[in-house]
Amino acid sequence: MEYKPNKEVIVKRIAKFFKDGDLVNLGIGLPTLVGNYIPDDVHINLQSENGFVGLGPAPEKGKEDSMLTNAGGSPVTLLAGGAYFDSAVSFGIIRGGHVDYTVLGVLQVDQNGNLANYMIPGKMIPGMGGAMDLTIGAKKVIAATTHFERNGDSKLKRNCTLPLTAGNQVDYVVTDLGFFEIKDGKFILKEYFAPYSVDYILNNTDVDIVVPEDCKEVTL
Amino acid sequence: MIDKKIISAEEAAGLVNDGDVVMLGGFLACGSPLNLLEALQKKGTKDMTLVCNDTAFHNAKTGEMTGVAPLVLNKQFKKMVVTHIGTNFETQRQMNAGETEVDLVPQGTLAEQIRAGGFGLGGILTPTGVGTEVEKGKEVIEIDGKKFLVEKAIKGDVALIKARTADKAGNLIFDKSARNFNPLMATACETVIVEVDEIVETGALDPECINTPGLFVNYIVLTKGAK
Repeated sequence: MEYKPNKEVIVKRIAKFFKDGDLVNLGIGLPTLVGNYIPDDVHINLQSENGFVGLGPAPEKGKEDSMLTNAGGSPVTLLAGGAYFDSAVSFGIIRGGHVDYTVLGVLQVDQNGNLANYMIPGKMIPGMGGAMDLTIGAKKVIAATTHFERNGDSKLKRNCTLPLTAGNQVDYVVTDLGFFEIKDGKFILKEYFAPYSVDYILNNTDVDIVVPEDCKEVTL
Repeated sequence: MIDKKIISAEEAAGLVNDGDVVMLGGFLACGSPLNLLEALQKKGTKDMTLVCNDTAFHNAKTGEMTGVAPLVLNKQFKKMVVTHIGTNFETQRQMNAGETEVDLVPQGTLAEQIRAGGFGLGGILTPTGVGTEVEKGKEVIEIDGKKFLVEKAIKGDVALIKARTADKAGNLIFDKSARNFNPLMATACETVIVEVDEIVETGALDPECINTPGLFVNYIVLTKGAK
């Protein structure tokens, strides 16, 4: 079977994590897309680390406000009940354990819950921005990533080799092949996504994966 | 209340000296004082240390720049203390080439270092960065079995900040997500210069709604073209 990257599967699955009232911070890039797939009957509160809760969708064309952007600098809106605050309050909310879930992008994630997502030395140095605080502070950390790099290597590792964003903080990893929980130094495969099989995942991912009895196939 | 001095952007740029530590409000230029930056760029002040969330946008393909990016390109900073430079290829280039010193700091840590600087604290203890490159060279303190990094307070010579409204006494109200680091930096520098869209009479603002009390502010600059 040939692997085709499918970001939609990843964000669709992550969107199912949340329940009413959860405070959620979505990282820049792939994680931001999760916001488009939250079920209509679930009402979560999105935090934007540049200084507000109640993050709403992008404004209509022509109604952009240059003083209201998300953490990626794109124009957004504020929902009724939202609130603005400064960066110390924003990161107090994050470090203080008030954020239920953060969804973050991945360069590498390993079976001990270590995450590397802020630099490739000598090559790409975007910086950590708010990622280190989010990884440390959020109650649950979801790593969102395509399963493989362009060269075919799995982004799921035994040990991260890139500089860490934080150690032992990742709870869940959702790729376009499956949904994993990280526990006791192993990836626990909770769900595998059609059309891929458990064997396909095991044969193409050089990490310790446990397949529990209740592991199930999911079509997204 | 005594009125604060209302000055031009050019006069404000004259208050920044070569070698100063400059704290600049804004998040990807949202909430940066753009007229102050333009004046500082024209004046060509050099060897400054920038403390800011980021270095705004500099698109490698189009050359398009926002916020502080033209000053980075002008090499007006000898050092930059920032959290994110992924949107400015020139900052990354200068860092990789060893032309400019760049300190990458976790965003929540930078916010607290500035707050500590303004509020008389020596520093803060944070779990952010434990076990990462950020830990290098820093003291680690264990409290109740949990590790924390000692991150020292930061102070600056000049804060260049942006608010929506000032009254003549310097009380400030910020504007949506343009607040970000601005109120923190107002507390942590010797000289605080705020660029605003409007100046109202003292007493016109509801004291319950003031974000930054005027005592922190030294100079007010009215945005060019503001009504």
